[in-house]
Amino acid sequence: MLYKIIREHDMTKKQADQNVQSKERRDFLQLVTTAVGGVGAACALWPLIDSMNPAADTLAESTVDVDLRGIEPGQGKTVLWQGSPVFIRRRTPDEITYAQNMPMDTLLDPERDEARVKKPEWLVVVGVCTHLGCVPTGQKPTEPKGEYKGWLCPCHGSQFDISGRVCRGPAPTNLQVPPYVFLDDHTLKIGTNEA
Amino acid sequence: MNNNKVVQWIDTRLPIFTFMRHALKEYPTPKNLNFLWNTGSLAGITLLIMIITGITLAMHYCPDPEDAFQSVERIMRDVNYGWLIRYIHMNGASFFFVLVYIHIFRGMYYGSYKSPRELLWILGVVIFLMMMATAFMGYVLPWGQMSFWGAKVITNLFSAIPIVGDTIVHWLLGGPTVGAPTLNRFFALHYLLPFGIVAIVCLHMVALHQFGSNNPSGVDPKHPSEQIPFHPYYTVKDLLGLSIYLFVFAFVVFFAPNFFGEPENYNPANSMVTPVHIVPEWYFLPFYAILRSIPSKLGGVMGMFGAVFVLFLLPWLDRSRVRSATFRPLYRPLFWVFVLNSIVLGWIGSQPPEGIYLIIGRGATAYYFFHFFVLLPLLSVIEKPLPVPDSITLYLDQKKRAV
Amino acid sequence: MYWWLALVFIVLNFSVRAEDGRTPIPQHWSFKTPLGTFDKKELQRGFQVYKEVCAACHGINQLRFRELEKIGFTKDQVKALAASYTVKEEEDADEEERPGRPGDRVPSPFSSEKKAREANWGAYPVDLSLITKGRGQGPDYLYALLTGYEPCPKDVTLFEGRSYNPYFQGGQISMPPPLIDNIITYHDGTLATIPQMARDVTAFLSWVAEPELENRHEMGVKVLLFLLVLTGLFYGVYQALWKLVR
Repeated sequence: MLYKIIREHDMTKKQADQNVQSKERRDFLQLVTTAVGGVGAACALWPLIDSMNPAADTLAESTVDVDLRGIEPGQGKTVLWQGSPVFIRRRTPDEITYAQNMPMDTLLDPERDEARVKKPEWLVVVGVCTHLGCVPTGQKPTEPKGEYKGWLCPCHGSQFDISGRVCRGPAPTNLQVPPYVFLDDHTLKIGTNEA
Repeated sequence: MNNNKVVQWIDTRLPIFTFMRHALKEYPTPKNLNFLWNTGSLAGITLLIMIITGITLAMHYCPDPEDAFQSVERIMRDVNYGWLIRYIHMNGASFFFVLVYIHIFRGMYYGSYKSPRELLWILGVVIFLMMMATAFMGYVLPWGQMSFWGAKVITNLFSAIPIVGDTIVHWLLGGPTVGAPTLNRFFALHYLLPFGIVAIVCLHMVALHQFGSNNPSGVDPKHPSEQIPFHPYYTVKDLLGLSIYLFVFAFVVFFAPNFFGEPENYNPANSMVTPVHIVPEWYFLPFYAILRSIPSKLGGVMGMFGAVFVLFLLPWLDRSRVRSATFRPLYRPLFWVFVLNSIVLGWIGSQPPEGIYLIIGRGATAYYFFHFFVLLPLLSVIEKPLPVPDSITLYLDQKKRAV
Repeated sequence: MYWWLALVFIVLNFSVRAEDGRTPIPQHWSFKTPLGTFDKKELQRGFQVYKEVCAACHGINQLRFRELEKIGFTKDQVKALAASYTVKEEEDADEEERPGRPGDRVPSPFSSEKKAREANWGAYPVDLSLITKGRGQGPDYLYALLTGYEPCPKDVTLFEGRSYNPYFQGGQISMPPPLIDNIITYHDGTLATIPQMARDVTAFLSWVAEPELENRHEMGVKVLLFLLVLTGLFYGVYQALWKLVR
């Protein structure tokens, strides 16, 4: 009772309450402002980050037409597409059979040969090792091809078969198949799936 | 002291947290700073914005006469948000100068250059000079018509130096005229100089924190109650200023991005055709006016550089012991005349150097130096300052009573 | 007083610049206001004017065919359009010519400034990609120039091969009046009057010069609104905090 009276008459205490209240309000306002400002700053960073992504002209359709005339069975041709070599290989009937009958347990990234080609005679893969990006050897007749008639990466010894599938590590996945389309019997367009 | 163990461990070995606490948190600041004192931190933030956007642009820009214009257009069209980053960078230069000019005039009005802050002021002038060099070289990079002819005219200034002038110009350009070597080195230096500015800004801060900020009364704080910790009071005030500033900045960037620019610079550089009106960027106009007002090649160049270098001498030209113009009945109006005169010089700089403009320009140039070399020393002797209050508290009381 | 002087400064600035040529009359453009956008139909008509009239002498080399999709052309239309041009492979040292692709720049009518001058009696038809940014009062100027040909005043002697146009610097322009009523037939049936064509091609070239404009305006509104809110919040925090000092 006495306490209550004292409290009611204690102006300084009341003022202190008010101060606490206004401090709470102030803290809340500061929190909201910090949050809004932080979101704004984060949004402002995005354009800077995105500007380092490939630009529109780099992304825009980029294709390479390849003339297939003059490539004999068993030979290959390497062309540049978007800054990377693309291996084109005209496979002999023996090589096709070999690739199609490759036991799946030999492959580290099992995939059927039929799923990797549009015409069994022609294999088209990006000639960049899926380990760390070196260009495997085996395109020229004189180069080592590894044990699986395909390609051998000189950097860390990955081996690929004549379907571009990895048979021995450290490469984790098969050589990538780029989008391509046959415009006619002797012209190949790399970079798009539609003519 | 922070209770975080990691922070303590680091701080014992490398006292960056202690330093930051002193410099950004506890730093005792006069409590009566007005909004003109926001310009310093705003300029610092603008410098950061310029460096960040600049580095991003440099990732796409080619400093070769064949490709430069094209690469800038590629930034505007093909690079993701390239147009935004480029417009921020382009207008950022103008906003940087707006802030720095206000900052300089504020220093002049409140006598912030006077003892013991002479070195603080001198470092500021050094920053201003480096900014001018950086801005000039940056303007050359897009390789438009104004870029090319601006580079040509400004570098030719050095040919006014007797005997060795031409040799120096050839050395600057890396050839008989503005060309590929010039563009390439301007790019290299334009990238480098801002980091030099950052270094000088750090020294500027060290010098500032030695005696603390000046304040509108020009009187040093005498009692702890006249000072408040920098954080949260001035951090919040600076952030409020920043928010308003960014609003204006964003308005220009998004809705009038070419307001400060010259249309002529959207035409690729052509060494065979000089544009009809060559004008530098607006922030150089007063100095450009001084250059053209003096009817001698060497004299003009000396006048132009002198107009900047005279700022170094300011602490010793103005001998008055009173800092703030508030208490200087003669200096105050003359300060505004000086500001007006600078604006007139800027306007003259944008006009053809003939007829009435030439006459006004010469008058304004003469007055510019008259202000520094005659008026200021004279005022120090003849001016009777108003009674200066003993402390900031008394100053604020006085102000309250006046209201 | 200082603001007043600043105003005088601006006015004088413009009046002196005007000596270069008659000051263009400001026109209404859908894209000039802060929230402005382009009118795609107008741009498409403008492209037709460019292609059938201007393109004989002027290039728009900054534009790539694929970007025309943004003003309402379909992918196939762009493909067909690109293929109707012959372009030179930019990176190929052999300079082999081939049909254009959507990713190519619109080829310029002349391969170099020298050849352009040879074909145009010494005058150089500039590339129009940035014309509205590269001239003061860009779109207004371009419209005024295209519609502003006048009979030559008696006190002016025209040089050979020049036409009188008061909006052009010096008044004598090497480009003969390019637009004549009904010189083209609009695909959408709009009447091809000189002012109509001038408007359309000006709008089109404004888009070519500033393809980011709509994006910029849209983003600008969002950013300004955000900063307005942020400023309000900071003002609240500032007031609450500084009350303690005062």
